[in-house]
Amino acid sequence: MDELLRINNLKTHFFTKKGVVPAVDGVSISVPQSSVIGVVGESGCGKSMTAMSIMQLVQKPGRIIDGSIELEGEDLLKYSGDNMRNIRGNKISMIFQEPMTALNPVYTVGRQVTEAIRIHHHDIDKEEAKKMALDIFNAVGIPEPDRRFNSYPHQLSGGLRQRVMIGMAMVCNPRLMIADEPTTALDVTIEAQILFLMKKLQEERGTSILLITHNLGVVAEICDYVYVMYAGKVMEQANTFELFKNTSHQYTEGLMKSIPKITAEKERLYNIKGVVPNLMKLPKGCRFCPRCEKAMPRCFMEEPPLYKVKTVVENAGEHYARCFLCESSEVMNDD
Amino acid sequence: MMTKQIGDTLIRTVDLVKEFEISGGDFFGRNKPRVHATSNVNIQINKGETYALVGESGCGKSTLGRLMLKLIEPTSGHVEFEGININELPSEEMREIRKKMQIIFQDPYASLNPRMNVYDIIAEPLVTHHVCKTKDETKERVKELMERVGIRPEFINRYPHQFSGGQRQRIGIARALALQPQLIICDEPVSALDVSIQSQILNLLHDLQEEFNLTYLFISHDLSVVRYISDRVCVMFLGKVCEIGNTEDIFGNPLHPYTKFLIDAVPKPDPFLRKENKQLLHGDIPSPVNPPTGCRFHTRCPYAKDICSEIEPEMKNVDNKQVACHLI
Repeated sequence: MDELLRINNLKTHFFTKKGVVPAVDGVSISVPQSSVIGVVGESGCGKSMTAMSIMQLVQKPGRIIDGSIELEGEDLLKYSGDNMRNIRGNKISMIFQEPMTALNPVYTVGRQVTEAIRIHHHDIDKEEAKKMALDIFNAVGIPEPDRRFNSYPHQLSGGLRQRVMIGMAMVCNPRLMIADEPTTALDVTIEAQILFLMKKLQEERGTSILLITHNLGVVAEICDYVYVMYAGKVMEQANTFELFKNTSHQYTEGLMKSIPKITAEKERLYNIKGVVPNLMKLPKGCRFCPRCEKAMPRCFMEEPPLYKVKTVVENAGEHYARCFLCESSEVMNDD
Repeated sequence: MMTKQIGDTLIRTVDLVKEFEISGGDFFGRNKPRVHATSNVNIQINKGETYALVGESGCGKSTLGRLMLKLIEPTSGHVEFEGININELPSEEMREIRKKMQIIFQDPYASLNPRMNVYDIIAEPLVTHHVCKTKDETKERVKELMERVGIRPEFINRYPHQFSGGQRQRIGIARALALQPQLIICDEPVSALDVSIQSQILNLLHDLQEEFNLTYLFISHDLSVVRYISDRVCVMFLGKVCEIGNTEDIFGNPLHPYTKFLIDAVPKPDPFLRKENKQLLHGDIPSPVNPPTGCRFHTRCPYAKDICSEIEPEMKNVDNKQVACHLI
């Protein structure tokens, strides 16, 4: 499969008065054409900052200090100002968790969607933009698009607002849509609708989706390939089926055992002891070792690279885990 | 795992109705629109059990929790705690009953006063209800509670902002435990927490229940959590009870179409269970200001018949469960 986006050894650090916070610390992610790639992790693991870095929306005191982000072979980090503005919303678009804060409350949703069109395509007049907006409203399943076109965000339900956001993100036919916790604020029956819609749009239009979430259920439901992040680094990456069948990193394992399963018997829930480390005082060696049950003396001394794991699921592609327990001959060249 | 003793009814609601007036209406302030938050809810919770209230936003689950604590007064109907109608009690007697019921809130950032330190927060109920005689005794009790919920007692003078979300939720739990209540209403206690912290809090709640023989009313929209922690489940939709039953029966053999869709909609953390043609519920949750006539679910229900839009279904006892649906 052709590669659409390639993030190589990305480092986004925050230079605060108290010290340097390595929010994203050498992350490499590859998004193939027409695929759904998941990034999972708990709060503070750097998943949202990775997304903001791709869009170059990192605010001060944060800065991308190293690495490259290539979209179809072009390094986005060389772009600035106007060039990047042509990419944002046009080739790469983004949807956020809380659709109420992401939409402007004083403009109708129709106006906000047509604005996105007319910023990127100056030759499209108002009438045509309105037609495109109504088409996209239809495509994202908004009932009565004519009436909704003139609604203000507060007049819509949470699910409809998220549909408007997705419509706005899709209206310029982007190559990549970044979805940062798109269903976290929604009710379950609405969440299922939105996930189904995203998958449908991805299949019909060939747009790739980079889905950022803390919910392994959402990942299992729609992602093709998954990156598990912890404290600014990718800990494990694999095909979704492979990741669940052949979980290789202790952190991923812990996450999976912590979630109560709707399908399973009642037993005491597993918990990962301790808390996420302070990024300013990261432990030496493996970042996860203070919380890991299988930590060895070596884990406290040196940081493991990403080791290639032998896959158990057929056609799973490559599976890597940042853990000495997976040590074998092949190492991914990541730093 | 379960070594709980489940006893007689601790609290029950009788035809509980709560309507909130909202702005609007005519020039004289008449005919204001009303939000129908709960309509004729009859539930009973037994001593020692974990009773879960589930449903999507606007179904009235939090309103019901607040009504049971008498934090708000019902429009009609009443709540009985140990057989006493608490809506007719004079306020002094109500104070005694309030000691027996406590609440844990969803957002541990909003539910702790940032200007109070841990000691003040946990001691507040003890001071208000004159439980401890001396200050030293209060301090001892606070330390004991902190230890019980897994916060180091040396942190007694720290402020909420110095703790993580999970630790704050533990402080909220210690405050709820301070008066040795019988009933704790847990209003979405883990939905603001990360999964690894969520499991710690769920295990803590489970241990405390066994130790102090607590009764929980567990309000949640997360069905996986509910399946894990509860003994009985009540599914609500738009202010009405759809189905009540034992957790195993509800999840193993849901009868009400809404319960089925709700369980089916939860993203399962197992890609091998992916369904290609998952049946989805269409449309949005109707407005509680103008709830649909008849069965409130009929506008979204794929099996709805004519009768569903005309007549409100009664609660029926079927297979060990109570269900409100014409089709069963």
